[in-house]
Amino acid sequence: MTHTTLALNPTDDRHLSGLIQRSQRADLIFMGISVMVLTVAILMLLSLILAMAVQGASVVDGQFLTSFPSRKPEEAGILSAWVGSVAVMIVTAVLALPLGVGAGIYLEEYAPQNRITDLIEINVTNLAGVPSIIYGLLALGLFLFTFGMGQWIAVAGLVLALLILPVVIVSTREALRSIPGSVREGAHALGADKWQTVSLYLLPAARPGILTGLIVGLSRAIGETAPVITIGALTYIAFLPPSPVKTTPPFVSFEWLTSPFTVLPIQMFNWISRPQSEFHELAAGAGIVLLGLTLLMNSLAIYIRYRLRKKPTAK
Amino acid sequence: MGKIALGVTAASCALATGLFATTATAVERLQADGSSTVFPITEAVAEAFQNRTDYQMTVGVSGTGGGFSKFCRGDTDLSGASRPIRTGEREKCKKNGIQYYEVPVAMDAMAVMVNPRNDFVDYLTVKELKKIWEPEAEGKVTQWSDVRPEWPDRELVLYGPGTDSGTYDYFTAAIVGEEHSSRGDFTPSEDDNVLVQGIANNRNALGFFGLAYYEENKDILKSVPIAYEGSEPVEPSVETAESGEYQPLTRPLFMYIKKSSYENKEIVRKFVHDFMLNADLMRERVDEVGYVRLPEKAFELSEELFKNGNTGTAFAGGSKIGVSIEDLLKAKRAD
Repeated sequence: MTHTTLALNPTDDRHLSGLIQRSQRADLIFMGISVMVLTVAILMLLSLILAMAVQGASVVDGQFLTSFPSRKPEEAGILSAWVGSVAVMIVTAVLALPLGVGAGIYLEEYAPQNRITDLIEINVTNLAGVPSIIYGLLALGLFLFTFGMGQWIAVAGLVLALLILPVVIVSTREALRSIPGSVREGAHALGADKWQTVSLYLLPAARPGILTGLIVGLSRAIGETAPVITIGALTYIAFLPPSPVKTTPPFVSFEWLTSPFTVLPIQMFNWISRPQSEFHELAAGAGIVLLGLTLLMNSLAIYIRYRLRKKPTAK
Repeated sequence: MGKIALGVTAASCALATGLFATTATAVERLQADGSSTVFPITEAVAEAFQNRTDYQMTVGVSGTGGGFSKFCRGDTDLSGASRPIRTGEREKCKKNGIQYYEVPVAMDAMAVMVNPRNDFVDYLTVKELKKIWEPEAEGKVTQWSDVRPEWPDRELVLYGPGTDSGTYDYFTAAIVGEEHSSRGDFTPSEDDNVLVQGIANNRNALGFFGLAYYEENKDILKSVPIAYEGSEPVEPSVETAESGEYQPLTRPLFMYIKKSSYENKEIVRKFVHDFMLNADLMRERVDEVGYVRLPEKAFELSEELFKNGNTGTAFAGGSKIGVSIEDLLKAKRAD
């Protein structure tokens, strides 16, 4: 009511438009700063990627992906490294998904509100900030020295799964929390018990969020070097893990889980510390492949998320 | 989702059982670890086992010290080393009943480098190098004129490998006279490529690192000839190191082979006799990766170690500087 009377007064009107102008100017300045900050960040990222692409693009070809490392740069490749990275990621995903989602569901839907739950919650958030080398030391002490496991793909997958567990748990909880309460109430009204509500209504709705969390975690895990080195990943290895598929019954083999391995970041580090510049190019090439794997994982996640989002409406 | 959850649970259960239900494989495996300096040689030899289904070789890089700690625990068959085994490490091996053959496989020369724009340094004597690097020099020898009075009053900026490296250990033993002892006010880096960049960008810089890094960066670095015990200054190169003229910064690189592995594993015997003691092949590979070849005689002497079961180290009394490889191989050994 008051502002209409104000608007009638010509001096106040001028005052008001001055106010608007000033705040518009402030808006503009802030936007300018934001754009500048964004440009600097993007330019830095782009220059990093560009520098790597320029240095390494010429070495990435079919031969590079299908050869083992070699003393001769022109014959060297990253076969054992990328196969190792992919194998470790598979183990990590298979272990982190059920554990992380399970813990997330428990904390969000089942856990009673008490001190112990609070304590668990605080610790889960804290774990997300623990440096990765600590996980490596834990794995070395627990899995290798106490349980007597070896320098296996499975152990690397295990430690990286622990590393990304907090991310998966937190994103699962976030996804569950963002589902409107009416969905739960509706399910209960129809006579669904708690587990039916969770498995039939909540989890399907939370899938995109959970998947995003898992992919963010895996993208971090694939670039990790410290914990993998701590448990004894190798630098040179000229054979692949045994195949998971066999021609004789039972046709599946889990021998590959206990195979020695190396991963892409370790191969990169080894090449970058060589004196010959040809090896530096190979390192850049391996970097491109690593980046490509991360992007592939991300785009896979986007695709699955897109499919999952479409499904319920199609029904 | 129920099906997915079930599938995931089933998969992880299967995975967990798979972890422990592994069958012993018929493949014989040689596990090597150790020095990053020796790694290119080990890698070059390991390539021979590529794509073999009956033999597999793996190589890790834990550094000389880290390699010995695994080796003396009994985890590995072979350990690369850029310095001889230390007393503490020998005791650990002895405690665990690990006997080993100590075999020199190549030599590595260290080069002292300055910036190419530095026009006054013509050569350095070992005495002058000692004056620069000894612990007492810290805070005192800070200008080039402190080293040799006729040189300009310019700041002296020092670069060197990290104090955990075998390169640093050997350099201090050879120059300062005491292993692992030097001034602390220099810029260290574990990555020799960082040292190359540092020296190439600072006209007052002086630093040292493996010869191979100089050979690859000749256009942006200048090497300094070294005069040892009153002899003429010698330019660092693969040739002068091989002939033994370039002293005292030429050091042997070793492979330590576990005796029980040699006796019980066919792949280890194959590795030793077909590759490590094969003079032509080893000398060719060593050349390819940029290190200094051993004389052919050294391989014959090494073979005798295995023939006579002569285990242990020739360095029971500590590091030796400026000893020829032949004398080293003939020296008495102790476990």
